[in-house]
Amino acid sequence: MRAVMAQSLRTDVSVNRFHPAALVGVPLLALFLQAFVPLKLHFVSRFDLPLLATIFFAVSRRNQVQGLMTGAAIGLLQDSLTGLPIGLYGLSKTVVGYVASSLSVKIDSENPGSRFLITFGFFMLHQLVYFTVARGMVRLDLQWQWQHELLGAVLNALVAVPIFMMLDRLKQRA
Amino acid sequence: MENVINRHRTVTILVMVLFAQVIGLAVQVRRPVEGEPVRLIRVWATTAISPIEKGVIGLGNSLHRVWSGYVDLRGARRENEGLRQQIEQLQLQQLRQREDAAQARRLQALLGFKEQFISQTLPAQVIGTSGSEQSRLLYLDRGASDGVKPDMPVVSPDGLVGKVARADRGNCTVLLINDQLSGVGAMMEKSRLQGIVSGAANGTLILQYIMSDEKVEPGDMVVASGGDRVFPKGMPIGRVKSVSRGASVFYSIELQPAAELSRLEEVLIITKLEQRAPEAITAGSARAADILANRLPTVPPPAPTDENGNPLPPSRSNPPIKPNASNGNKPPAAGGTTRPATSAGGNPATAGTATPTPKPKKSPAATAASGEQDLSGPTGAAEKPPETPLDPKDAKTKKDTSDKQEKKEVPPKPDGPQGAR
Repeated sequence: MRAVMAQSLRTDVSVNRFHPAALVGVPLLALFLQAFVPLKLHFVSRFDLPLLATIFFAVSRRNQVQGLMTGAAIGLLQDSLTGLPIGLYGLSKTVVGYVASSLSVKIDSENPGSRFLITFGFFMLHQLVYFTVARGMVRLDLQWQWQHELLGAVLNALVAVPIFMMLDRLKQRA
Repeated sequence: MENVINRHRTVTILVMVLFAQVIGLAVQVRRPVEGEPVRLIRVWATTAISPIEKGVIGLGNSLHRVWSGYVDLRGARRENEGLRQQIEQLQLQQLRQREDAAQARRLQALLGFKEQFISQTLPAQVIGTSGSEQSRLLYLDRGASDGVKPDMPVVSPDGLVGKVARADRGNCTVLLINDQLSGVGAMMEKSRLQGIVSGAANGTLILQYIMSDEKVEPGDMVVASGGDRVFPKGMPIGRVKSVSRGASVFYSIELQPAAELSRLEEVLIITKLEQRAPEAITAGSARAADILANRLPTVPPPAPTDENGNPLPPSRSNPPIKPNASNGNKPPAAGGTTRPATSAGGNPATAGTATPTPKPKKSPAATAASGEQDLSGPTGAAEKPPETPLDPKDAKTKKDTSDKQEKKEVPPKPDGPQGAR
């Protein structure tokens, strides 16, 4: 673990660019799959594919403003598919987008090990912000269950590694 | 000031974006206003995603039809035979239940009850979900252009699913009954205790406001009470899964939903509910017991004989007795109905599932005393029902008369099936 972290911490980072179609298409595809696949495979609702898209674009582009704006846009679109007030996912993903793009300057996001850890950490951060806002502002009756959230974080981190490898093909070196 | 903003440009943007969203949330969290317009972003998102979902679902259905209609026909003959047997059993069961329903309608007509009838439904395909564990919504491929409106109930053959939360042009959103924003007026089917069914944060279905001194057992059915004026009364919601006493005076009751809420593919939207007084079905309606008796093998009644035991020729004053005609030995029950034939003490609903076999005939008095009604012979089960007494006085007179007759001919037995009815 320490070796992975040590290898991950570096300062010479590369900035990636994406085709505008990829920037729009990948989040929309993630939203579509998130809404459609649970009809056939119910366990897929445990994954947060829009969050994975947010993290991927934030750490790849390494631009804080772009990261938070991408997170806000994806989050608000995800909110619009739920029956809950718009802004819950928006706030959470804005924070994740900003923090992910800030951290990406200091860590290597190409390594599968670091990608696992990044996704794990940002999933927990996302859930923490979501629960805080949902309970504190919207008064939703949500229960924080450590076991449930940790399992969700591990599952999402495991799925993130191969998904990020596929999305790497869309990168255009700046 | 300008320098500070420039120096912390990203943080400033972050704070502004977060602040805008918090303000937006605060506006939405305030008490909802009736007829509030739908957020435009919701319409955009649905409009962007639902055509793709419809296309994928349509393609999947076409492939499935080709597979199931032409390729995968193994075992169809055996399945067909099994279904035929099932249909026969269900038809018998239906006959018995029709009798009970007719009786219920007559009684409701007498009491002036008004019922809700599902008069129009619209089948719809489920094309998507909210994709969130915190919000339980379904997207259907029918919308305002098909006549769908908000608050219309959505059901499946197994039970209640939810209600239409929003109807766009070509699709609609359904709030499932296990969403935490949902609420359904409910009652226990047996005890008629009333409560409210809503969803918990983790998606379980909870029945609330049942006092903890009432009797509730796992397995009890919970149905819609109709008190919310949205869901039709009597529609199954679920069965009691577990009961626990909380700190308050109410039970904490978890339900197992009657409909498979996570595996729905097609549903029915109830587009029209009529409220009308039930019509009593009397004249011209065949009784279940009569139809059953006609179907079953019967022993022909003995021909009338004279004093010396010689058979009498048929005449006007002494017509030949039809196998299923009333023999007049047993008067009808007070309500003008006779319980459909069952095995002794059996449940008429379940009795229909067994194949009836002809039984040795008993005398009418013995049949009445034992509580049995012979399906195969001309007994009380084959009697023609009297017309529904619409005038209460008339009903009382008929009841008195029939009671007197029963006292004369049938030995008194307080706990017989007729009395229990």
